[in-house]
Amino acid sequence: MTGFSALLYKEVLRFWKVGFQTVAAPVITALLYLLIFSHVLEAHVQVYENVSYTAFLIPGLVMMSMLQNAFANSSSSLIQSKVTGSIIFVLLPPISYQAFYLAYVLAAVIRGISVGIGVLLATLWFAHLDCREPLWIIIFALLGGGIMGSLGVIGGIWADKFDQLAAFQNFIIMPLTFLSGVFYSIHSLPPFWQQVSHWNPIFYMIDGFRYGFFGVADVSPWLSFGIVGLCFVLLSALTLAMLKRGYKLRA
Amino acid sequence: MIPAIRVRQVTKRFGSVQALAGIDLDVEQGEFFGLLGPNGAGKTTLISALAGLVRLDSGQIAITGHDVIKDYRQARRQLGVVPQELVFDPFFTVRETLDFQCGYFGIGKSRERDAWIDEILENLDLSSKANANMRSLSGGMKRRVLVAQALAHRPPVIVLDEPTAGVDVELRQTLWQFIRRLNRDGHTVVLTTHYLEEAESLCSRIAMLKAGRVVALDTTVSLLQRFSAHTLRLRLTPGAALPAALAQRAEIKDSVCSIAFDHFAEIEPLLAELRTSGCGLNELEIGQPDLEEVFVRVMHERGETR
Repeated sequence: MTGFSALLYKEVLRFWKVGFQTVAAPVITALLYLLIFSHVLEAHVQVYENVSYTAFLIPGLVMMSMLQNAFANSSSSLIQSKVTGSIIFVLLPPISYQAFYLAYVLAAVIRGISVGIGVLLATLWFAHLDCREPLWIIIFALLGGGIMGSLGVIGGIWADKFDQLAAFQNFIIMPLTFLSGVFYSIHSLPPFWQQVSHWNPIFYMIDGFRYGFFGVADVSPWLSFGIVGLCFVLLSALTLAMLKRGYKLRA
Repeated sequence: MIPAIRVRQVTKRFGSVQALAGIDLDVEQGEFFGLLGPNGAGKTTLISALAGLVRLDSGQIAITGHDVIKDYRQARRQLGVVPQELVFDPFFTVRETLDFQCGYFGIGKSRERDAWIDEILENLDLSSKANANMRSLSGGMKRRVLVAQALAHRPPVIVLDEPTAGVDVELRQTLWQFIRRLNRDGHTVVLTTHYLEEAESLCSRIAMLKAGRVVALDTTVSLLQRFSAHTLRLRLTPGAALPAALAQRAEIKDSVCSIAFDHFAEIEPLLAELRTSGCGLNELEIGQPDLEEVFVRVMHERGETR
């Protein structure tokens, strides 16, 4: 066993022990979104040909839940251990900053994917869903989870108090997620807001992920892959630099 | 022999506070070493620096010859730290907590590891709580788990930062019994405490810190000899007065006259002088030198000379 595997196992066990809160609750929330939006819009909106609105909505909700929960995992774990002081237990051992980063981000991806699978299983009853390009589904799930896991590490390290982290989550992550085309195609937006959406990296995560199911999307999956991949590399580099310096962890 | 801990010219400033102002210190392997000082003296900062939790402004620290920055992996493997704060992870049981701690140090699951964890649990009276959640434990029990966590990877150097603050007598006895045994087995122990009688009975050598500097560093015996003395405490009969020669040497507080002396041979002439002067005594007591007196003197004297 290495420090990395022990830390990864601890992080996974941490969210698994409170699975009702960390996995079941987001699945229920996503299911409620689906029931309400599909009830209201199913008869009025069709984004892609031969794809019902409910079917269109499902991958968006799956991805949104994955992203939010990946962020929540690493950020809440870090802020909690910082506030209680138990962070010392992972700072005293000879765990490298790279292993530290990988363990927290991978655990975030695992929680994100667990929630994503849960949402998918719970919502499949409501619409027929294709799975045209499964590789894209896996790639965007991993990259999206990785990005949000990294952002969670950054937020968790940066925040000194729970309310600072809540602000990070509510004023940055939440709006970016909700305005990323989960519930609509950006083609339905006025030109100005379409342009604004193109600056939102979460839009590309959801659009690419959706492409994996339907084989159609608002932009090319390769463009989405390029942007999401670049975001992942940049955020990983930033997180690793923070951890290497010991920013807010080692005085 | 390579020192267990080598500290050279270590400085650390937090804003306007100079927490460590040029510390030089060696702790030899196998020593039971005391690190004493008032609050804010820099003890915890120094311990944090040993553990790599604080980045130094200047100077070097090595644990059994391994630099805490350049060779941090080896240095941290050699060190087990019991933090001052009562911290715990509320998600896990005691055994899970210890399993993780071993894993963080690269010790995989094995019979040997389980046997060592069982041994620690037993020695710290935690066996019955092995599967209890950390949240359900009392303060004293949580403190024991902190000690167990520091020992999980069998470090040769153990640092205890006020491990008995606010804990009951039973835990203190259990803890010191176990730590003494580890010290006898060759582990180096560094202890910070505000209970000076603990430091006096356990530590063979002591460093006293004040305002980030070492103001005294010697064996416990030498410190006691240098800074403290035996005292003859006398309670006189009402109306009695000490002879003038003795009155000059005596400290009088709450109607008790204390006369310091270095050798027991001095007692007989002292008592003879009292008898000759006709000074009546109600009580007589011989006081041993103690570390508290040393501590007060060192902090007072060394503070004034700077």
